[in-house]
Amino acid sequence: MRAFAELLDRLVFTSSRNAKLRLMGDYFRHQPDPQRGYALAALTGALDFRSAKAGQVRDLVATRVDPVLFGWSYDYVGDLAETVALIWPARHGANRPPDIAEVVGELERAHRKRVPDLIERWLDALDPTERWALLKLITGGLRVGVSQRLAKTALAEAFGADLTDIEEVWHGLSPPYEELFAWLEGRREKPIIDARAAFRPLMLANPLADEEVERLDVEAYRAEWKWDGIRVQIVAGNGNRRLFSRTGEDITNTFPEIAEAMDFDAVLDGELLVVRDGEVASFNDLQQRLNRKTVTQKMLRDSPAHVRLYDILFEREEDLRPLGFDDRRARLERWHARARPARMDLSELLPVAALDDLRQLREEARQRGIEGLMLKRADSAYVAGRPKGPWYKWKRDPLSVDAVLMYAQRGHGKRSSFFSDYTFGTWRPDRENGGWELVPVGKAYFGFTDVELRRLDKWVRDHTVDRFGPVRAVSPELVLEIAFDAVHPSTRHKSGVAMRFPRVSRIRWDKPASEADLLETLEAMVER
Amino acid sequence: MSAPNPESWIQVTDRGIYVAPGDFHVDPTRPVPRAVVTHGHADHARPGHGAVLATAETLAIMRHRYGERAGRSHEPMAYGETRRIGDVTLRLAPAGHVLGSAQAVLEYAGSRVVVSGDYKRGADPTCAPFEPFACDAFVTEATFGLPVFRHPDPLHEAMRLLDARRMFPERAILVGTYALGKAQRLIALLRQAGYDRPIYLHGALMGLCELYRRHGVDLGPLEPATGQAKPALAGEIVLAPPAALNDRWARRLPEPLPCMASGWMRVRQRARQRGVELPLIISDHADWDELTATLEEVAAPKVWVTHGSEEALCHWARGRGFDARALAVVGWGEEDADPEDQGQVGGEGGR
Ligand SMILES: [Zn+2]
Ligand SMILES: [Zn+2]
Repeated sequence: MRAFAELLDRLVFTSSRNAKLRLMGDYFRHQPDPQRGYALAALTGALDFRSAKAGQVRDLVATRVDPVLFGWSYDYVGDLAETVALIWPARHGANRPPDIAEVVGELERAHRKRVPDLIERWLDALDPTERWALLKLITGGLRVGVSQRLAKTALAEAFGADLTDIEEVWHGLSPPYEELFAWLEGRREKPIIDARAAFRPLMLANPLADEEVERLDVEAYRAEWKWDGIRVQIVAGNGNRRLFSRTGEDITNTFPEIAEAMDFDAVLDGELLVVRDGEVASFNDLQQRLNRKTVTQKMLRDSPAHVRLYDILFEREEDLRPLGFDDRRARLERWHARARPARMDLSELLPVAALDDLRQLREEARQRGIEGLMLKRADSAYVAGRPKGPWYKWKRDPLSVDAVLMYAQRGHGKRSSFFSDYTFGTWRPDRENGGWELVPVGKAYFGFTDVELRRLDKWVRDHTVDRFGPVRAVSPELVLEIAFDAVHPSTRHKSGVAMRFPRVSRIRWDKPASEADLLETLEAMVER
Repeated sequence: MSAPNPESWIQVTDRGIYVAPGDFHVDPTRPVPRAVVTHGHADHARPGHGAVLATAETLAIMRHRYGERAGRSHEPMAYGETRRIGDVTLRLAPAGHVLGSAQAVLEYAGSRVVVSGDYKRGADPTCAPFEPFACDAFVTEATFGLPVFRHPDPLHEAMRLLDARRMFPERAILVGTYALGKAQRLIALLRQAGYDRPIYLHGALMGLCELYRRHGVDLGPLEPATGQAKPALAGEIVLAPPAALNDRWARRLPEPLPCMASGWMRVRQRARQRGVELPLIISDHADWDELTATLEEVAAPKVWVTHGSEEALCHWARGRGFDARALAVVGWGEEDADPEDQGQVGGEGGR
């Protein structure tokens, strides 16, 4: 448990992606089987102990610690697992400290009623950091800022393997992944898995640069709308029903209505959307569903999920990926007409003959509240990764407003000595006091150069009017031109609107704050 | 005749603890004619007193910090030595907190009160270990007076720095430490762990390290961090005051990995607020187990608790039959406030 606890403890405090990869890689290289495999499972969310609950831990600590002291301590620390880990009066030497494999194994086998005894025995044997890691592990939710994808990337980097190869075999393997490590260390062949249930790495598009537009051989491409949902892969058949995100994260349980509709044998590529009465809802609605682990009836009713299909990778056993786009599209249309799956339709192909048609469609995208266009070469095979040439995304021009800088917060990692996260606002009439007030409308932390960052940082320090922890309030004097892709109504923001992908496009050192935009300007940009 | 009640001859005034039969204060928070000072941290050793009585080390620290304002006259006293002041006999006993730190052991007409100042019980190669004295009333700090504070083995904590160095050889390992006590203890721990490379220091730490050295504490090779070429500090350990961690000063270092050595680092939220990537739980104050063990050991019927979580320690002590109460000394423990409030570079304190 020591090395695993140390790893979690380091990850919790590390914000830089590179440093996280280094910490995990070091762990995977130096720890033995099966411990590292269970750690990998914990980091990728593959472990789930339904038997251990936070309530049991609370009851346990009540048998050992003065309730008054516990209450004050919990108030101070603010996190139950951490408070228990720190306050637990251990009896060192009473028991042998367990390793992570033992914890996983015993919890899986133990009867529910025996779980508290097990936990008590382990708490006695471990030190505070190990106890914290144990409690995080068994009560669910490590929250160390590591996605499944990042953990796999760390594996790939640690052993000089290809991430695509790891993803290919991943879904056929289970904890503690001994054959995976054996293969990565060159001690055996690549594991052979039931390919039918596996995630296939996606084909991705490159942004179309302005100068490439003129040179585009329009006739060789097919056009679709660029839908503003999340990319998913549907893998069904042979008893499997799986919904993967674009990074290969299994999100089947988050969208049970889609899983229910997977009554076929195919691998499909499409966009997950919330569709209400035939209308695509805003990305915010989808985001709400993504953030929830448990799905309520209300959510299913209010925000029903839907997949807009645009490609077919397999039909039964047949691998269609080597075919050109036009051929796959024909197969997709035939398959769809036959299978008639619920909650799935086809992304329409847009009629395009010349560059002007494309330009006009892109303009139309704005009015229709769509992000832009996808361009796919008619003869392009389905290739994993982001090959240059076959697929492009051509986003419409961003929207923009002039907003006033209100708060600045310290960044993370390399930027921790800079105030690099900016909250900005626009003006609205101040109904209570008369005049005008600024209301925060968004937050941006990129879009500027390093040189500009230094200057902004200095400006923030020179114009600070108040401090709250890592946040500085600044006097409302600096105008930032903010570019964003869209703006949606939001009940969770004081301003009533939420921006999509806001970034700083220009710093208007020259412009007086009084000339920044009004909130109503932003409201008028909301797409319905 | 029975000995007088401790309350009858020790009083808390707006200047701190006043010992009436000797007409002097212990660690007064405002200028007084006659002061006994337990140790050099700024909340205990203030400038502007008349006569100051303390260990030679504490007096040297005060002169380093305050120069002319360190007090009109200085009377050094060695550990174990006794001195009569009015009707009170004073003795300074090691407190194990920082170099020169002492408990004031006060006796009057057969009654004994120990004002322990700040103390810890764990081993520290940079100062003399705490010596327990049985007494009628014991004045204790409670900086870490909650049972969640249990400091781990400091040597193990120091070794985590060496681990970070191994894993991130291209980065500077930047550790926030207080200038008096913590910096020197961390250096000594690193030396104990076998680390013999030069350790680089922020300018605000140089003077006190030099002072420790003059008092016989071996710290190995130390270099100023300022003026070094940026790439030269890759993989090196750099010590700076906590406020410099996330400040412009740190930009001179290659991809600094921010660490902080403090007892507060035990609580993750505290470390996170400070933007620390590697928290090291190293403290110069007694943790919960040390506080409670010390109360049992000195077995004073009366326990007076100062700066920190007074109520939790009082609650515990009353449960064990001690007559415990909080002693409100305004101004003590300010060095121990939340690190985020520590303010300007050069802030010193003793956690
Ligand atoms: Zn103190
Ligand atoms: Zn102190």
